[in-house]
Amino acid sequence: MRIKVNRDKCTGCRLCLQICAIEHFNEINPKKAALRIEAKFPDPGKYRPFVCTLCGKCAEVCPEEAISRADSGAYIVDRDKCTNCGVCVPPCPVGVVFQHPDHDYVIICDFCMLCTELCNTGAIVKWEKAASLEAKGV
Amino acid sequence: MANGLAGKTLRIDLARGDIRSFPTDEGLYRHWHGGRGITAKILYDEVPRDADPLGPENILIVNAGIMSGCFIPAGSKVEFGSVSPLTNGPGDSNMGGHLGPALKFAGYDMIIFEDLSRRPVFLFVDNQTVELRDATKYWGMKSLDCEKKLKEDLGEDFEIATIGPAGENGILFSCITHDFGRQAGRTGQGAVMGSKKLKAIAVRGNKSIHVRNLDSLTKQVTEIILRTKKHPNMVPWQKYGTAFFIQWSNTNACIPAYNFQTTFYEDIDRIDGDQLVEKCLITHKACFGCWMNCGKYTKAVIPGKPEVHLEGPEYETGSLCGSNLGMKDINHVAYINWLLDNLGMDSMSGGGVIAFAMECFERGLISEADLEGHSLKWGSVDDVEHFLDMVAHKRGIGEWFAGGSKRAAAKIGRGSEKFAMQVKGQEMSGYDGRWAPGMLLSYMTADIGAHHNRSWTITVDMAEGRDTVEGRAKIVVYLQHIRPLFDTWCICRLFWGELDITPEEIVESLNHITGWGVSVAEVLRTSEMIWNLNRCHYIERNRDNGRSFDYPPARAWEDKIPSGPGTGKGLSLAQIDRMLDEYYAARGWDEKGNPTRELLEDLGLGYAADRLAKAGFLGRSIPGGIPPVRGEKYKPKAF
Repeated sequence: MRIKVNRDKCTGCRLCLQICAIEHFNEINPKKAALRIEAKFPDPGKYRPFVCTLCGKCAEVCPEEAISRADSGAYIVDRDKCTNCGVCVPPCPVGVVFQHPDHDYVIICDFCMLCTELCNTGAIVKWEKAASLEAKGV
Repeated sequence: MANGLAGKTLRIDLARGDIRSFPTDEGLYRHWHGGRGITAKILYDEVPRDADPLGPENILIVNAGIMSGCFIPAGSKVEFGSVSPLTNGPGDSNMGGHLGPALKFAGYDMIIFEDLSRRPVFLFVDNQTVELRDATKYWGMKSLDCEKKLKEDLGEDFEIATIGPAGENGILFSCITHDFGRQAGRTGQGAVMGSKKLKAIAVRGNKSIHVRNLDSLTKQVTEIILRTKKHPNMVPWQKYGTAFFIQWSNTNACIPAYNFQTTFYEDIDRIDGDQLVEKCLITHKACFGCWMNCGKYTKAVIPGKPEVHLEGPEYETGSLCGSNLGMKDINHVAYINWLLDNLGMDSMSGGGVIAFAMECFERGLISEADLEGHSLKWGSVDDVEHFLDMVAHKRGIGEWFAGGSKRAAAKIGRGSEKFAMQVKGQEMSGYDGRWAPGMLLSYMTADIGAHHNRSWTITVDMAEGRDTVEGRAKIVVYLQHIRPLFDTWCICRLFWGELDITPEEIVESLNHITGWGVSVAEVLRTSEMIWNLNRCHYIERNRDNGRSFDYPPARAWEDKIPSGPGTGKGLSLAQIDRMLDEYYAARGWDEKGNPTRELLEDLGLGYAADRLAKAGFLGRSIPGGIPPVRGEKYKPKAF
């Protein structure tokens, strides 16, 4: 279970950020999403999505052992154990561990995959689907 | 607030540096829906009729609407409104990108700027922190350069709107720029911002927007997105954006070429959508929440000039700065697009003004001596670059053109008024109406001067008959009600026309967001209220019968199309008058184009009837009464 990023296909629409926050917080707020989009304008003029790579660094450094790997493969935050200390934020190599002032725990992708279902350009794709498309030469 | 609103409205007195925050007036939104509806109402109520649009009594409104930022397809718009220095009437213009949603995520639905600042400032909004900050170091910077610098100084995650030198110098068709290529271009909103010495607005927010029924909205919008992914228009739309229509318009004899002299461009293959994608495209670019990504972020590469990056040219700029200027290379069209964007001029009016000047040069009405030794020939990108520099800095005859083509024609005279292609002072969009009578009527009657977004009828004209004018007015009235609703809600209208999403579906989304429980008929009535309020406002400010403002330049009836598939086609003045007669009757206005008391009271605008009567321009009562429903429902055909 992974999300494949085709960085050149991202158009910066942020539908992924919106559906992510709706699914997990029942709110419209892209700043509560568990992925991010970097926009580099005017030069070179590119977007780049960043999603969890399942490297596990956040879990390794967590002093409260609040982040653990679920059977699904995703790293899940135990909202009761997490103290929102933020130690796990800097080690994330792609910058997708988030804090938001409304919440006292960190936000990490749980691989619900809704973002990949809405993305209309193939910029973020479910790994299995990406692999099968590539096998077909698409 | 669980109704799509952020909750707060800001009023900022720029002269005193005073920032006041109020709870957003929900009743005002329920009545006028937001966006251009609220800007129309506030401008009508607050700006004195004799106020100079560039003076202290004009206000500049920034409104993020009721649906923007609300997980609605293309819910990205923000509306700017002020009395227009270009048309001297109520003006509004909107843009996509991310600023409107950002404003709501910061907690604000609307900002109203009053009076004039004495020194350059920019507005800084970071959630509850709202400050007017010194902009001395940014003053004089070009629009795109200034956005880049502000992002470097404040942070990449700020959404920023700027003006360029044109707005600072009072060029009347100046725009407001955002997201390195999205513009509120029309009606000179950038000039008003410049008159207030407001260089930029920078916004960042991390709050949530709450809607009435998020589950229903999410389910509906997700279904629309998944369904329309497979729509046949999606692929060309994502690939070309509106540049797709450059070839289409040429084939169908409605593209403007050489300042609207003809509707056929022999070098169309050099400036079309394929050329744009092949030679210029860097990346596809979308507004907030849009899955159609019509934006094309591009580069223009011309030997001897620096490589420049821009968004576009889309259809309007591609035609008005392409075929309309006789350009023969897509890189040249893109470069002119960039020049206008960075100077901070509307690329639609800009294309119209350049084309008008080029025809004046061709006819010997202006000379190289007037142009500081330069020529201004069709197809010359160097000539355009020099001319725009004269205009942006009001050097020499550049000052004449700084007021748009209508004011320039008044200075030049000698018959040039005939081919200054504008209505009410605003230059036409990229469609020639001589063989598309509904389109011409749309320009003539648009409440902000010639502009296609109020009503676009090319496919209507093709379906109903391009040589006839009868019956077209009722359809134009209907489109003038339904299309501006998108600007009222602050969402993009393109997905409606192109992906077969029905008005009923969009109103259902509106109800999920607001809980208002309104019908399509009710929202159309709101739009008609807005239209009539703007009409009254325009007549009161300009003090003549409405009809006197509704005529196009004489080229529309004196010149037939000289080449291409539309050869020999054109309209007579009698046909134009007939369309106006039918239009006024369909609207419930009198034959002089003035709204009647019966109509205004039917729309709940009795106070506007009183003011119009006081000004001496209330329409005469119509024998037989006003039509019970104004406008005839019409389903525009997608391409």
